[in-house]
Amino acid sequence: MARMTMREAISRALWEEMERDESVFIMGEEVGVWGGTYAVTKGFYDHFGPDRVKDTPIAETAIVGGAIGAALTGLRPVAELMTINFAFVAMDHIVNEAAKLHYMFAGQFKLPLVIRATSGGGRQLGATHSQTPDAIFAHFPGLKVVSPGTPADAKGLLKSAIRSDDPVLFIENATLYQVKGEVPEDKDYLEPLGKSKVQREGDDVTIVAYSKMVQAALQAADMLAEDGIEAEVVDLRSLRPLDMDPVIASFKRTNRAVVAEEGWRSFGVGSEVSARIYELAFDYVDAPVKRVAQAEVPLPYNADLEQLALPQVEDIYLAAKEVVYG
Amino acid sequence: MAELVTMPKLGFDMAEGTLVRWVKAEGDTVEKGDVIAEIETDKATVEVESSFAGVMFKHLAEEGEDLPVNTPIAVVADEGEKPSEDEIESLVSAAGGKTKKAKAPKAEKEPESEEKKSEVEADAAPAEKDEPDVAPAGGVRSSPLARRIASDKDVDLSDVQGSGPRGRIVKKDIEAYLDSMRSEGREEEAEAVGRALQPIAFSTGEIPEDQVVAMSRLRQAISRRMQDSNQNFPHFYLTREYKTGALMQMRKDINALLPEADKVSVNDFIIKAVALALRQYPNLNARIEDDSHIRRFGQVNIGVAVAVEGGLMTVVVENADQKPIRLIGREVREMAERAREGKVRNEDIMGSTFSISNLGMFGIDEFAAIINPPEAAILAVSAVQDKPVVEDGELKVGSRMKATLSADHRVTDGAEAAEFMQVLANYLEEPMRLFL
Amino acid sequence: MDKKDYLSLYQEMVVIRRIEERSAELYQRGKIGGFLHLYIGQEAVCAGIGSVRQAQDRIITAYRDHGWAISAGIDPKIVMAELLGKQDGCSRGKGGSMHMADVDLNFWGGHAIVGAHIPIAAGLALGDVYQKNDEAVTICMFGDGATNIGFFHEGLNLSKVWNLPVLWVCENNQYGMGTSVGRASAVSEIRQKAEGYGMRNERIEGMDVMNVRKDVSRVLDTIRKEGGPYLLEIMTYRYRGHSMGDPERYRAKEEVKKWEEEDPIGIFRRYLVAEKIATEAELDTQDDEAEKITEEAVQFAEASPNPGKDELFEHIYVEPTPIEYRGYKLEKESEEN
Repeated sequence: MARMTMREAISRALWEEMERDESVFIMGEEVGVWGGTYAVTKGFYDHFGPDRVKDTPIAETAIVGGAIGAALTGLRPVAELMTINFAFVAMDHIVNEAAKLHYMFAGQFKLPLVIRATSGGGRQLGATHSQTPDAIFAHFPGLKVVSPGTPADAKGLLKSAIRSDDPVLFIENATLYQVKGEVPEDKDYLEPLGKSKVQREGDDVTIVAYSKMVQAALQAADMLAEDGIEAEVVDLRSLRPLDMDPVIASFKRTNRAVVAEEGWRSFGVGSEVSARIYELAFDYVDAPVKRVAQAEVPLPYNADLEQLALPQVEDIYLAAKEVVYG
Repeated sequence: MAELVTMPKLGFDMAEGTLVRWVKAEGDTVEKGDVIAEIETDKATVEVESSFAGVMFKHLAEEGEDLPVNTPIAVVADEGEKPSEDEIESLVSAAGGKTKKAKAPKAEKEPESEEKKSEVEADAAPAEKDEPDVAPAGGVRSSPLARRIASDKDVDLSDVQGSGPRGRIVKKDIEAYLDSMRSEGREEEAEAVGRALQPIAFSTGEIPEDQVVAMSRLRQAISRRMQDSNQNFPHFYLTREYKTGALMQMRKDINALLPEADKVSVNDFIIKAVALALRQYPNLNARIEDDSHIRRFGQVNIGVAVAVEGGLMTVVVENADQKPIRLIGREVREMAERAREGKVRNEDIMGSTFSISNLGMFGIDEFAAIINPPEAAILAVSAVQDKPVVEDGELKVGSRMKATLSADHRVTDGAEAAEFMQVLANYLEEPMRLFL
Repeated sequence: MDKKDYLSLYQEMVVIRRIEERSAELYQRGKIGGFLHLYIGQEAVCAGIGSVRQAQDRIITAYRDHGWAISAGIDPKIVMAELLGKQDGCSRGKGGSMHMADVDLNFWGGHAIVGAHIPIAAGLALGDVYQKNDEAVTICMFGDGATNIGFFHEGLNLSKVWNLPVLWVCENNQYGMGTSVGRASAVSEIRQKAEGYGMRNERIEGMDVMNVRKDVSRVLDTIRKEGGPYLLEIMTYRYRGHSMGDPERYRAKEEVKKWEEEDPIGIFRRYLVAEKIATEAELDTQDDEAEKITEEAVQFAEASPNPGKDELFEHIYVEPTPIEYRGYKLEKESEEN
């Protein structure tokens, strides 16, 4: 184990996988000479060279489309979209190609492809650069959508994503890059895709979260503990495939749940998770499931207004108090 | 320019008041801030001050009349001004009321307030709004889990009191109900009334005559309200002893840092602790609304009983859960002072949602208080005492304090009240929590 | 090229024509669903390119793909089975008319979103460069209409920036659905667009298969020798509507007639006879053979079973993944079992 930031964990995963497998390469805007706009691929260009760390034009369609083509030839491209907001430019390739080709051609096409993108607000980048549209991408069967909430998971999940033969959208929350945690140094440390994980145990209320909201949920759980409420925090880690087993197991004990996401509530992750709770554990429901999410506005630039719109630790805390009727 | 004086709203829960006495007679000069009338609410008697200067031109209400909030009660006119009946009429109708004994302009007021309510609700979370206000089929609001347990254990849900939002029966209510079924009969052993020591009669030779003393307005109000409470509110009582060692030490540490005037009392800690515990048990921070509804207050406003000449008043720490203890202490001290000096302000005594009576300073070991209506419960706090306790099998000296909760059985039940007392222990026995 | 090759090239073109004609019939009888885009009139392009490309060259095209599938080597039976949505189709009935592929034949599919396969083609070529498959060229077909969409720009730009071995082939049939090139494209010759990328380009005639063969093999040699992309605009004409049900209000019957006189099969037939490569009788035999192949394909497809229910959940992912929702009906069924 080593203590490192999520940025280092992701960088380490990429580095190790590139060392391990020649067919892994990176392509994206400013990944090479610049070292990545979030400095995740710093030093890669010098070490692996321009053929394996490919700077692309600012052309997301070419990045994702090109990566799909390369993946079809058996390579394992890691395509970086600077932010998920630019994924909309490449939406056709993510949705109509990456998510469909394997199925549509009855298994003939394989896409061992990873698309990395940062998501989330809170950095005063304005409405177009601050979205958390993760749920949109989780809508499509055929695509895997992964978003870690801890440095260890970031490493283990990214390595699994790179080794996966399926197309994976790997969403990193940019405000988590500085979060530190213990990360296994094993070069074959893998976390399974499509598996949720209990990040904190408790019997009074289940808080379901992923990505940045995992960190927020853990803080809220500490606050709740002060009030004598023990929260269980379940980290979804993957939005598709969505693993409800730990959520349902937890809910059957606590009978109460809060689902926290940074994106908007309407048609969001919380909507999906709470619907499944009602479907799978209706007889265990003791209080309506609460959803904590972003205020339904395009995120404003002003820092105070932006924070007002984004879900906070306190929101999770209060929602949990509400569902336990505390 | 003639101005209307209306029945003031003296607290968030005040709907009407009784005009007890006119202080300014018609024709009296009125300065801004002069007391013009005394009003009695279900909480206390308070004075109405004039916001205008001029002459008390006309009383629109008579002494003893019950009047809804905002009903015009008087006209104050400029010196020498003589407004006609028509002018007064139009003033009043402009204020949305009717002159004279318009006892219940409710029919006109209600729709307006309904409208407002729905506006407010439109802003609130839609999830809350969508929940129908009527109980679901079967007449009992309950969670799916509660229904499953009830059906497993053969419990008739209509026998169970719900503690969730809008009285929803949840798992813990069923469990409490099952527990109470198991321990039926135990309640009888409670209610052991302490026997008062009879004074030793002795003769001085001169036996004074009976005296009939006029009750002050305050006394009358206390008398009426306590009788109402004790007769109409089915009380039950729970006593618990709290370890207060840590609290006393903390108070000592804190006071060492504070100037004399700012020092905090044990009671200030208790106010804060109760307020925080009430946040977790909103059903005790409540009142009976009507035959089928309980109002759970959004604010936690703690009433603190203060002995004053000829009776007691309850001063109110508004939003006590939100305030630091030091501020609570200062507020209570200032309000109690005003109460004792007869200078209490309306806002000092209005709007309490739960009350505390502390007789610890008199060395009382244990007592039960009568609920301050229309609240759902009151906490009677006794003295902090060092006493022999057994800890880890050893006899030690421990700091202890007893408190008794009197609760309205229409609103809550033993188990819930007991849980509240237990949560209160968390705060009192580990007072660090009060600062988190 | 010996006589046998000429005859089989001729036969291939006739088979493509017959298969398309039968498809139109089957469509009208309700046996083929969805969209059906016929290749009739453009046979010389796929037959010409298909006969000069090498096995390592990747083929990728748009939704008008039946001709390409056959020319790439997929058995007409399998193509017809896919058209009928049957288990034996190349995509097991899950792709349909627009999504035919055979990876083993290096045929990377029909793609249904206009222009979306263009960046993918660049990626295929990138894969070859990365893996040092130096002799491989990716041949990417698209219609004239696709050159007006953004994918085209990003794909062509990337291919030039990275010097990828791609033969970009615009099959200019002069209509993007119902809109003529003149009404949709800023420049009248599609090949001009390559100039914007500093890319080699050329416009060639596409109704004569021998001409297509000659020009394409020359361009492929150039790419293999010099590397980098090349845009070929191949002039051709589709005799049928954009897809079945096209009212064809956008062009005059006379225009279609004029082009039909220039029919690629007719041109090739006249060439073979004139050059004494084959006799009319020999070619008639080929026609009969093609008819037979088509008839067998239809029979095979009709007899092929529908894909089983389990096929519905096959191939969503490569890795075993729990099926999240099976749909109301199937969930109900499995509950009852």
